[in-house]
Amino acid sequence: MAQLTTLTDEAMLDRLQHAAFDYFLQNTNPRNGLVADTSRPGSPVSIAVVGFALASYPAAVERGWLDRRSAVQHCLAALSFLRDCDQSGRPEATGYKGFYYHFLDRESGARVWSSELSMIDTALLIAGVLAASMYFTAATEHEAELRELADVLYRRIDWRWAQGGGDTIRQGWKPECSFLHYGWEGYSEAILLYALAMGSPTHPITTACYKSWTATYQWENLYNNDYLYAGPLFVHQFSHAWIDFRGIRDRFMREVRSDYFQNSRRAVAIQREYVQRNPHELAGYDERCWGLSACDGPTDEQPGVHNAPRRLFGYAARGVPYGPDDGTLSAPAVLASLPFAPDIVLESIRHMIDRYPDILTDDRLASSFNPSVVNGRGEPWVSAGHYGLDQGIVCMMIENHRTEGVWQLMRNCAYLRNGLHRAGFRGGWLPSGNHLDKESP
Amino acid sequence: MPHPRDPSISTPQDAYEHERIANVRPRAWSNPNASAPYQLVVIGAGPAGLAAARVARALGARVALIERNMIGGDCLNDGCIPSKTMIRTAQLYAEMRDARRYGAQVPRDISVDFPAVMERVRRIRTHLSGGDSAQRLAQDGIDLFFGDARFSGPDALMVKGDVLRFEKALIATGASPMIPSIPGLAEAGYLTNENVFDLTQLPRRLMVIGGGPLGCELAQAFCRLGAQTTIVQDMPLFLGKEERDAAQILSDAFARDGIEVRLNTSAIAVRVENGQKLVDLVSDDYRNTVAVDAILTGVGHAPNVQQLGLDDAGVDYDLDDGVRVDDFLRTSNPSIYAAGDVCLEHKYTHTAEAAAHIVVQNALFGGRERLSELVIPWCTFTDPEIAHVGLYVREANQLDIPIKTFTIPMHEIARAVTDSEENGFVKIHVKGRTDKILGATIVARHAGDMINEITLAMVTGIGLRTLARVIHAYPTQAAAIQQAAQAYYRTRFTPRLQARARRWLAR
Repeated sequence: MAQLTTLTDEAMLDRLQHAAFDYFLQNTNPRNGLVADTSRPGSPVSIAVVGFALASYPAAVERGWLDRRSAVQHCLAALSFLRDCDQSGRPEATGYKGFYYHFLDRESGARVWSSELSMIDTALLIAGVLAASMYFTAATEHEAELRELADVLYRRIDWRWAQGGGDTIRQGWKPECSFLHYGWEGYSEAILLYALAMGSPTHPITTACYKSWTATYQWENLYNNDYLYAGPLFVHQFSHAWIDFRGIRDRFMREVRSDYFQNSRRAVAIQREYVQRNPHELAGYDERCWGLSACDGPTDEQPGVHNAPRRLFGYAARGVPYGPDDGTLSAPAVLASLPFAPDIVLESIRHMIDRYPDILTDDRLASSFNPSVVNGRGEPWVSAGHYGLDQGIVCMMIENHRTEGVWQLMRNCAYLRNGLHRAGFRGGWLPSGNHLDKESP
Repeated sequence: MPHPRDPSISTPQDAYEHERIANVRPRAWSNPNASAPYQLVVIGAGPAGLAAARVARALGARVALIERNMIGGDCLNDGCIPSKTMIRTAQLYAEMRDARRYGAQVPRDISVDFPAVMERVRRIRTHLSGGDSAQRLAQDGIDLFFGDARFSGPDALMVKGDVLRFEKALIATGASPMIPSIPGLAEAGYLTNENVFDLTQLPRRLMVIGGGPLGCELAQAFCRLGAQTTIVQDMPLFLGKEERDAAQILSDAFARDGIEVRLNTSAIAVRVENGQKLVDLVSDDYRNTVAVDAILTGVGHAPNVQQLGLDDAGVDYDLDDGVRVDDFLRTSNPSIYAAGDVCLEHKYTHTAEAAAHIVVQNALFGGRERLSELVIPWCTFTDPEIAHVGLYVREANQLDIPIKTFTIPMHEIARAVTDSEENGFVKIHVKGRTDKILGATIVARHAGDMINEITLAMVTGIGLRTLARVIHAYPTQAAAIQQAAQAYYRTRFTPRLQARARRWLAR
């Protein structure tokens, strides 16, 4: 097979996207449609990864990587499981109030790792469910069932409950201790969560909720770029995998005369400014080698010793400009910026693969690598195996770059359109006027 | 209010201590005769009381100052002064261990002489106590009384049987550390800011309960002095009020130092077994027990309002919020004012002193100065330091004030790089589409010094446009402020302006 980086842009992207999609085929339990968090042995299911998989089947069908019938079967397996799963909220259940625990057992679908009922990960899952239902619109028995299931799953989510009586959506809940308090502040990937939670015809959040959330936004001038600040790259990508933010603006963006898509472009520029400044003098950083985001990473944590000084951070949300920065970079986070800065991303990803060939296995990108941490042969540390979130965001963002495929599907989703409208989004592709779409997808 | 704390710890009675006591609480002191009514009676000789008494006396007023314990209050005796003194030594040890980062050799044997650290604390505290010693206050014409003060009516109070009549009075009794109600804590014994500086032996394992400014400062200091330190905070980040990035940088710095950071965690019970203190912790659904040798706590401060006879004086108060004052710092008795920790939300030495100046103007000279007009900076003296003044972004957003932030990471600043002190930032918040400064947060090794420039600009109404033209000595870390101002200035180069400039240059 030809070396990836010698191919044309289109051919290279096709192979990268295909390999990313194949992660799902290789790591899905066909009996319940659930997808493993990572390719590592014993990995549980991450519900967010299931969402990314569901949103990626349409592209796979269009590109002939999977026949439509098989894709529908995969989707139906997942949606049927989700419909029938234990929603009692008990510690060993699968979900509660229409939400799901973050990590599930691959076979039984029961909660593992005492994980939290996750609002953001449920949003990523249900966005995938809706994307699939927007694509599989044929008048067949199976596709009709898929659409019905999608509607049931979305409508039963009690977003209002997830406020826990507060002004914003809580980030998690556990049967052992009720709502969790992570104290997230500022712009985050949760914009998709808020849009879906506002669009619900059954259990929408209160209208003041979105304003309360955006009240923690910071509009900053950093390295001579004005942007809505968030450190890690994935924050500037995850909601964008589903929502086409070009030209649509909420009140905040109208006031600062920008939009979220433009903002993600600036986030790319700021990342590249940062790596060129390279404040911690880490190896490999340059304008073509960047990507500080949430990813795996090397660790110097010693088992059993909890308060030894640390300089490596393992899996962490790395960000710009305040880190943590231990020299770990995420190539998938670079590639997922493709829609925002195609030329820069293509040049960078070619460079990174050429320079660090070990980050690629069968055309699939490792979660991360760290040129400052080298083995005895002088090779950089590379994260073992693959992460489903990385493959999902890569697959969807390449598709959006190539055909705007996921964006088009979700533009047609009335729930999302209504949610965006209620959150104050106007302009661009959103229908004008004050009317809301009828309450169906 | 007395606390059980730890009866085994008391201030070492050395020469420094004898000198300090001679300064701040002389044993053979005779209270003066209180004859004619005083123009101002001040209760409490902490920073607020001292500032008010000194200014009022300098302006010619007949002043009485009453102190029940030691002159100088928390700041001198149990707070800012001893903690900053200790932090300096802790920083030195941290730098010794980190010497390689500065191109220096790590000393072969870094063993902490803790008794020497604390002796220096006591020496410096004693040295500084001389500035406002009892003798000097008396020499300056202030009638200084030691003893418990208690109002006996709206214009009189009693001290040790003497009746002091006043035209105006100032309540400046301060606050005491609040102890979390954890079962077993009192029995196990604990440290607060009131006895921690009396230690002469370093606890091998220390737990700090509470992630406010003092908890953070001392957790880092004790860790750097060699104690295996755990800090427990029941919120998702330290310094609940500060912005996320500042608190996150602090968490990262703690992890680098080797502090065991336990956020979103509560201590729910303490017991003593085999001479060690076992603390049960709960974090969401995770429970565990940590064994330590000492516990340092104090989650905020409770105002000292009891046993003052405030009801007899007609002064409204609340056990949590303290003496109720209006914007002119006047209590419900128009002759009685309050200042400092006993009535203010911001419990800082500098705020107490500023409030005291307002009281002197308003009480004695018919002034109309307002508390709300003060621009109050503050700083937590961790490494890096975290300083703030004015509005936070979230406050501005809630008030619908458009706000934009100019951010300069400290790694952009040459002097921070030369000093290997790149962790941190300067964030200056301006009102949207203007250069008016609404507030700032600075995280930097010397953030406490740097914030003063922003405060000056805010008080005098200097905007970023002017600040951009203020030449800063090079190389200094305060250049970060100028760079933020210059970043603002560059945003003024609109495409239209740039086109005009190009036309001019091409003429």
